[in-house]
Amino acid sequence: MKSMHAKDQSVRVLIHVILIFFVIIMIVPFVWMILTALKTNQEAISVKPFYILPANGWHWENFQKVWKSYNFLTLYKNTLLMIFFRVVCACLTATMAGYAFGRLNFPGKKVLFYLVLLQMMIPAQIFIIPQYVMVSKLGAINTTFGLVFPGLVTAFGTYLLKTGYEGLPRDLEEAAAIDGCNVGQRFLLILMPLTRSSMVALGIFTAVFAFKDLMWPMIVCPKAETTTLSAGLAKMQGQYALDYPTMMAAATLAVLPMVVIYLIFQKQFVEGIATSGGKL
Amino acid sequence: MKKKKSPAQKKEALWGLAFVAPTMIGLTVLNFYPVFSTIWQSLCKTGDFGKGNTFIGLKNFQKLFADAEVWQSLWNTIKYAIIEVPFSIAIALMLAVFLNRKMRGRSIYRTIFFIPMVCAPAAVAMVWRWLYNQQFGLINNLFHVSVAWISDPKIAWISIGVIGVWSIIGYNMVLFLAGLQEIPRDFYEAAQIDGATGLQQFWNITVPLLSPTTFFIVQTRVIGALTVFDLMFMVMDKMNVALPKVQSIVYLFYQYSFTNGNKGMGAAVVMILVVFIMIVTILLQQVEKRFVYHN
Repeated sequence: MKSMHAKDQSVRVLIHVILIFFVIIMIVPFVWMILTALKTNQEAISVKPFYILPANGWHWENFQKVWKSYNFLTLYKNTLLMIFFRVVCACLTATMAGYAFGRLNFPGKKVLFYLVLLQMMIPAQIFIIPQYVMVSKLGAINTTFGLVFPGLVTAFGTYLLKTGYEGLPRDLEEAAAIDGCNVGQRFLLILMPLTRSSMVALGIFTAVFAFKDLMWPMIVCPKAETTTLSAGLAKMQGQYALDYPTMMAAATLAVLPMVVIYLIFQKQFVEGIATSGGKL
Repeated sequence: MKKKKSPAQKKEALWGLAFVAPTMIGLTVLNFYPVFSTIWQSLCKTGDFGKGNTFIGLKNFQKLFADAEVWQSLWNTIKYAIIEVPFSIAIALMLAVFLNRKMRGRSIYRTIFFIPMVCAPAAVAMVWRWLYNQQFGLINNLFHVSVAWISDPKIAWISIGVIGVWSIIGYNMVLFLAGLQEIPRDFYEAAQIDGATGLQQFWNITVPLLSPTTFFIVQTRVIGALTVFDLMFMVMDKMNVALPKVQSIVYLFYQYSFTNGNKGMGAAVVMILVVFIMIVTILLQQVEKRFVYHN
């Protein structure tokens, strides 16, 4: 019995060792990013000696430098506006459509819902050229509207919210109907508040994927003053690829806000991204 | 014979149509029209300086199929998927099984593994490019080697694949954890009473009961890997000699459509990608029928 216990103990230790090994692999790139961002370029490209830590003080001014010369405030603003409008549009259109598909009867419901499912199966790359042509015909190149354009509606969100609405008990509406509420009132006052968790999931999902997107902002917002963090980084790398501390300071500034928000709202993030992904 | 609808039902139908209208109109304009537009575009020669397209039939495809670069890119994409999909899934499954119990630090581990999922791939790629730097990079200096991680055509595709695996482990792991939670505890308790070892339990309970989750992850990861773009774009310099051996099919699409402004050829590249993904999806459906366990 005792040896059994000892074996259990050693298995447990082994598991922790493997987990910690992977933690190190996950963390090292971030640590190295920040350490490099705090060095001078001479330190960063010194091999003998090879500096792990900044040798002559921590050069926080690298951050000031990139903040000013790359106009990070504008990049943050553009990214934030894009995320905000994408989340609002996605939640608004998807909650309405999700409610109708999940709760109401209307002609063509089945066919229309098949179209929603069909959209989710088509690789998104096929939409890009025509969407770009439309944006440029509307004169919306280098605008927030151009950035938001492909995300005005969402098939995935509609599907997600439909599942949310279907899960609510039937008698909720019947009771409200007896009280004389019309369909719109029932939706707004009774059912929509109950799908809050699905809405939050969709919002986070939309925000994170908009934030990570690189190709679309590069295409529709080629100007540095109008583009997002991701596409801005691509531009900077083209110009300053050899100034490593500057590049790493820029990368840090680009990932930091989302990571901090994630660390605060971990539970919602993990559920929002992964479980809504898992429902597909 | 049609049933007569009550006024209340008619009203409900109107509400329903009104509520789905924004989404359906949006999908039509943003997604369904573009599908046909791209198909048409792929059959046209793009006019210079905004002049109209001229229909040229399958000439774009003929050109692409005769071009070794296209085949190489398709092969590069497959090679990337061969690294990213199995490794990210195997590692994620292992981590998820380890974390699927009451243990100290469980949520801290989960939080850390998931971080890359909220990071912009553009930034992640920049950091890895710096780690891989042949002269000054951390990896070479830490292990006292001098490997050209991203400019040696023989290994650059593996280096890119490693970034892909690193980026997606946490996401797969969280999906696996959700799947593992659905497996009833008493299955394991019964197996323990029968004297099954941990590894036996894993193969005989976890693997079959988790197979729907695994299949879902495989499917999304395969499609994700086949449409990879950001990593190649950010890590590989235009002058990088290894670029032809690494660039993906979506990278090629971007080059044709937006760097060279040749939308006809770009659309044709997308059509090749779409057909390829459709074939892979159909094959995966066959795999599902054989290997996925359904109650």
